Amino acid sequence: MSKTITIDGTNIPFTEGQTIMDAALAAKVYIPHLCHNPEFKPHGSCKLCTVNINGRAVSACTMPASEGTVVENKTEELNNERRAIVQMLFVEGNHLCPTCEKSGNCQLQAVAYCLDMMTPHYNHFYPPREVDASHPDVFLDRNRCILCELCVRASRDVDGKNVFGLSGRGIGSRLVVNSTSGRLGDSTFAFTDKAAQVCPTGAILIKRQGFSVPIGSRIYDHKPICQVEIEGKGGEHE
Amino acid sequence: MEPCEFPHIEDQLAPILGRHGADATRLLQILRDVQDHFHFIPPEAIVCLASHLNLSRAEVEGVAGFYSFLSLTPQGEYRVLFSDNITDNMLGKTELMQYFCNKLWVEPGKVSEDNLVSVDSTSCTGMCDQGPAALVNGWPLTNLDNNRLDLISELIRIKKPVAEWPEMLFEVRDNIRRPGMLLGDEFEPGAGIRAMLARGAEATLKEVDASNLRGRGGAGFKTASKWTFCHAAIAEEEGGMICDVGGNPERFIVCNADEGEPGTFKDRVLLSSHADLVFEGMTVGARVVGARKGFLYLRGEYRYLLKPLEAVLARRRAEGLLGENILGEPGFAFDIEIHLGAGAYICGEESALIESLEGKRGRPRNRPPFPVTKGYMGRPTVVDNVETFACAARIAEKGGAWFAAMGTAQSTGTKILSISGDCARPGIYEYPFGVTVETILRDCGAEDAHAVQVSGPSGTLVSWQEFGRRIAFEDLPTAGAFMVFHRKREMFAAAHNFTHFFAHESCGFCTPCRVGTQLQKRIMDKIAGGHGTPADLEELKHVGHILGTMSHCGLGHTAANPVLDTLKKFPGTFERKLKALSFEPAFDLDGALQTARSITGRDDEWAHLL
Repeated sequence: MSKTITIDGTNIPFTEGQTIMDAALAAKVYIPHLCHNPEFKPHGSCKLCTVNINGRAVSACTMPASEGTVVENKTEELNNERRAIVQMLFVEGNHLCPTCEKSGNCQLQAVAYCLDMMTPHYNHFYPPREVDASHPDVFLDRNRCILCELCVRASRDVDGKNVFGLSGRGIGSRLVVNSTSGRLGDSTFAFTDKAAQVCPTGAILIKRQGFSVPIGSRIYDHKPICQVEIEGKGGEHE
Repeated sequence: MEPCEFPHIEDQLAPILGRHGADATRLLQILRDVQDHFHFIPPEAIVCLASHLNLSRAEVEGVAGFYSFLSLTPQGEYRVLFSDNITDNMLGKTELMQYFCNKLWVEPGKVSEDNLVSVDSTSCTGMCDQGPAALVNGWPLTNLDNNRLDLISELIRIKKPVAEWPEMLFEVRDNIRRPGMLLGDEFEPGAGIRAMLARGAEATLKEVDASNLRGRGGAGFKTASKWTFCHAAIAEEEGGMICDVGGNPERFIVCNADEGEPGTFKDRVLLSSHADLVFEGMTVGARVVGARKGFLYLRGEYRYLLKPLEAVLARRRAEGLLGENILGEPGFAFDIEIHLGAGAYICGEESALIESLEGKRGRPRNRPPFPVTKGYMGRPTVVDNVETFACAARIAEKGGAWFAAMGTAQSTGTKILSISGDCARPGIYEYPFGVTVETILRDCGAEDAHAVQVSGPSGTLVSWQEFGRRIAFEDLPTAGAFMVFHRKREMFAAAHNFTHFFAHESCGFCTPCRVGTQLQKRIMDKIAGGHGTPADLEELKHVGHILGTMSHCGLGHTAANPVLDTLKKFPGTFERKLKALSFEPAFDLDGALQTARSITGRDDEWAHLL
């Protein structure tokens, strides 16, 4: 007998050690997320994957599945709260979709569409953030960074380079680069690194590839992220 | 590359690294010393430390950028930080700080042009019973007034080293007004350990269980259960999982003395005058769970207690109460190391505290696993509050039934309260649990009190209609703060102050807290500035809801409490500040011109949009 949890009334099998997110993705059930990527150790910081268990809000990406757990995922209330979190991510940074090269391939934008976000709602913070174009092959634009630490994890755990880290605190948290000057160009970073491929937004962009896939033909232009995440990307690519 | 300003950094850091060894878990301790020496953390020091400690430069910068008392940009040779708790403000902090800045020709938040002095605000320094308070290069200044600030600014101007300043400036009083079994009864060092050894560790755990002792940090988890879980986790490990070098499964006892909740200062007094009780409780806990090593995590604001506490530890080692074969018991070894924090409220959260002990950014971990199974260095760890350990020592000495006879059924024993604000006799009061707010107010000489903030900003605001309520886990749980507000006080000001506190202290890990605490602060600033409308109140409730349900840890979960409580219990204090309009945009046209005005140096009528 395999063990199961239920998500919104549907039985979902899981194996010992899987999180609620793991079990959901394996069963093709979408739980919105940004800082989670199944290839890396769960992080639990964006809080988009918050689900309810016995009336308690938990992060699906870090909560281990256990027999008989009843999970609420696709409720109006949770989606309202998730939308508020996406809006928070939009206003704390400087996200200008119409001029962003990542538009259409951006997970932040895609999740916003998926959650019916029509306006940023809150007032923009317009924070001054540093752009780093020192690297020959990669742009680092902190204006679009959502502090998910996927690049930190990829560089540390896959590339074995530890190129990125986080400094500052609270709203002053920022991505820092591991080189004496603090600039990406002086680090060991290469555009072939895993860390160059995992940014969910346009904070890390590979140079000289801009608009090679036209707007309108990109990953999330025709298929919402909730579908892409469970069917695989397929078709057009980044 | 910028020119290197510290070409001899290796030589300059050598004594600091010599003191701490090349141990990455001591990174925060090392950075504290670097800050003391250079008045900031120079970039060259970051590179140098990274190579010595085998860390990446980004990791070192990550830690250096996280803690308030560390600075990545140069600070003054004298760094004066005024405590910004609401109680300091009620005693005139804002005016005093301005007075001080004017005297020294320095702007708040900036460094004077000769790099001599910088002045800024800091979160509550735990001196609310003798405020307004401040820190100079980390040392506490109390009872500030214009005369004292005159003297201090003169001492700075003549560049007198802080160590040579008059002692009376640094005098910190205990102000124990109502002692009980913790603060009043005689305690002979070793009495608890002796009783425990006579009874046995297992039987002592049973006594702790029978005492029904619950954590004094506010959450109220049953101490015996925590110790039992930690012990069980070890048994599992010994059952064939991991063992450390030498085959000894390691486990740790940690005392949480990161007393950062604004308005709380009872641990300061326990550690100043009753440290034996605290260390004794840790030693008893160590015997019960089988730990050989303990840590006291002392908040940076209490660095002045470090030396006296080290002296107590040394005496206890000499008396055979710490070290190998404690009190002659073969194989009973335990010792305690003190780590200092560096200005981060979040490190009072137990898993963030453990991260900080490991020398990292104080970021709360994902749970499960809990520290009792996977804590310090991934090992089973008990983290308890200072007062909890003091209680445990008493229980070991006198037994569980004796302890359980005090207080209420669900909240046994006594609770130490730190009382400040509008009352005649601020200070430390120890009561059996179950005491009413009304009784406390009478004892501390609070007349015409209108409200009490119980357990600090993350706790509960109690209005005058609820003064019959009781201090107890089943009614008003508290970590100890008890801030009194007179009926003439503007309750909005307190809530406003607390939103700034949370925005400053949010660690930034999770979205709802990082952004939500900022939104809350900005809306409160808007209302305070006279631009608030009823729509802003709805927005505060909405942001408060997101904070409370979606945040990663207790900081975010409670960050909206003061605003939501005040909205509910004192709606008038908000409404009086609102405009009649139903909505006004938060974007301030005139405010947006401020940058242009400061660049052009203009401030005339035509430079304003009014």
